[in-house]
Amino acid sequence: MSTPTRLDPRDWSSHSPYVHPPYRSTVLRGPTKPLVPVPAALAVRGAPVYGHDRIAPIDHDLTRNAVRNGAPLGERIIVTGRVLDEGGRPVPHTLVEIWQANAAGRYIHKVDQHDAPIDPNFLGAGRCLTDADGRYRFLTVKPGAYPWGNHPNAWRPNHIHFSLFGQWFASRLVTQMYFPGDPLLALDPIFQGTPAGARDRLVSRLDLDVTEAGFALGYVFDIVLRGARSTPMEA
Amino acid sequence: MAHGQTPSQTVGPYFAYGLTPEQYGYAYGSVFGPVLARPHAHGAHIRIIGQVLDGEGTPIDDALVEILHADAAGRYVTSAAQAEADGFAGFGRCGTGASAHREFVFDTVKPGAADGEAPHVDVIVTMRGLLSHAFTRLYFPDEAQANARDPLLQAVPAARRDTLVARRLDLPGGVVYRFDIHMQGARETVFLDL
Repeated sequence: MSTPTRLDPRDWSSHSPYVHPPYRSTVLRGPTKPLVPVPAALAVRGAPVYGHDRIAPIDHDLTRNAVRNGAPLGERIIVTGRVLDEGGRPVPHTLVEIWQANAAGRYIHKVDQHDAPIDPNFLGAGRCLTDADGRYRFLTVKPGAYPWGNHPNAWRPNHIHFSLFGQWFASRLVTQMYFPGDPLLALDPIFQGTPAGARDRLVSRLDLDVTEAGFALGYVFDIVLRGARSTPMEA
Repeated sequence: MAHGQTPSQTVGPYFAYGLTPEQYGYAYGSVFGPVLARPHAHGAHIRIIGQVLDGEGTPIDDALVEILHADAAGRYVTSAAQAEADGFAGFGRCGTGASAHREFVFDTVKPGAADGEAPHVDVIVTMRGLLSHAFTRLYFPDEAQANARDPLLQAVPAARRDTLVARRLDLPGGVVYRFDIHMQGARETVFLDL
């Protein structure tokens, strides 16, 4: 008999340091003092709960979930993958939330003043639950690159933001998915903040098996969350 | 481990229409919001308010704050049915860009003690300029005895412990706990290796 009482730690060889000066806004925002360890017994707390009725069937389809008078402009794509833990076990029935720029590289957010058109038929937000195998699937349009103020002529590579909890409060993950072959990746201080050996985990892969012929290309992005380690119960 | 962890990336400045759409007035439903407790929830109804401040002491207007805590009896919410019946969600999410004072504001109930710990609120803070989210904890100033026995709080260097203890304000509208999160500086909040 065993019970999961320990979460695998955050692997700092996979995650960026808090302060990464090439990404300028980390300099005044990243904590600088050492993190205080949490006693192991306190580290396992369940993820937040929510009524699954909050997730509508159309929420996973960004090409339809905000239309007013037509389809959004841009290249339709399918983004799918599995949410796993470090042991390769699927994380079923868990919430995946995404948001992104439209095909022109413009966010609907009021703060985004980039001079590119807003698409009246595209919000850019979606959500879904993984299935029993940990699989999620979104239909959307490929987000555009856009300029930002980090340094002269800085442009973010095409990306989709992801937010997940998984099974545990502490397995929280906020990340970004990128596209294969994007030349901006080599120039992007946010992507480059990730330790070199882990960067390719942020890049999706084109997969004709998930493409819908004649309709939309498919990209696969698997997500690995911290897992729980089972420890034997004491007799 | 068979699979390496997917690296964290910043939430960026434009999360609101995806993660907190109702709070910011976007036409999209929110899964989580800043109200954890409905009027019929058991316990002392409280408000938690704070700012997230950068290394120069400037309040940040694009931070995302998430909280999770036990109910008034010290029980954690483990199902949506329990949350619905008790009127207590157990988890809340609030951005700092929708208020004039760049504050997060949660309406909830004061948690009870659980598992040998003092009453507390677990907090996740993330924002543009933070490549990995940060974990911290709010403790209550009117729980001095319990705080003195809390295993985590006692593991924090004594000189930094008060960064985790909220201030209590008894206002005409009710009890408010003020919890400012300092990302850096002399009063840098204790962040946890959780």
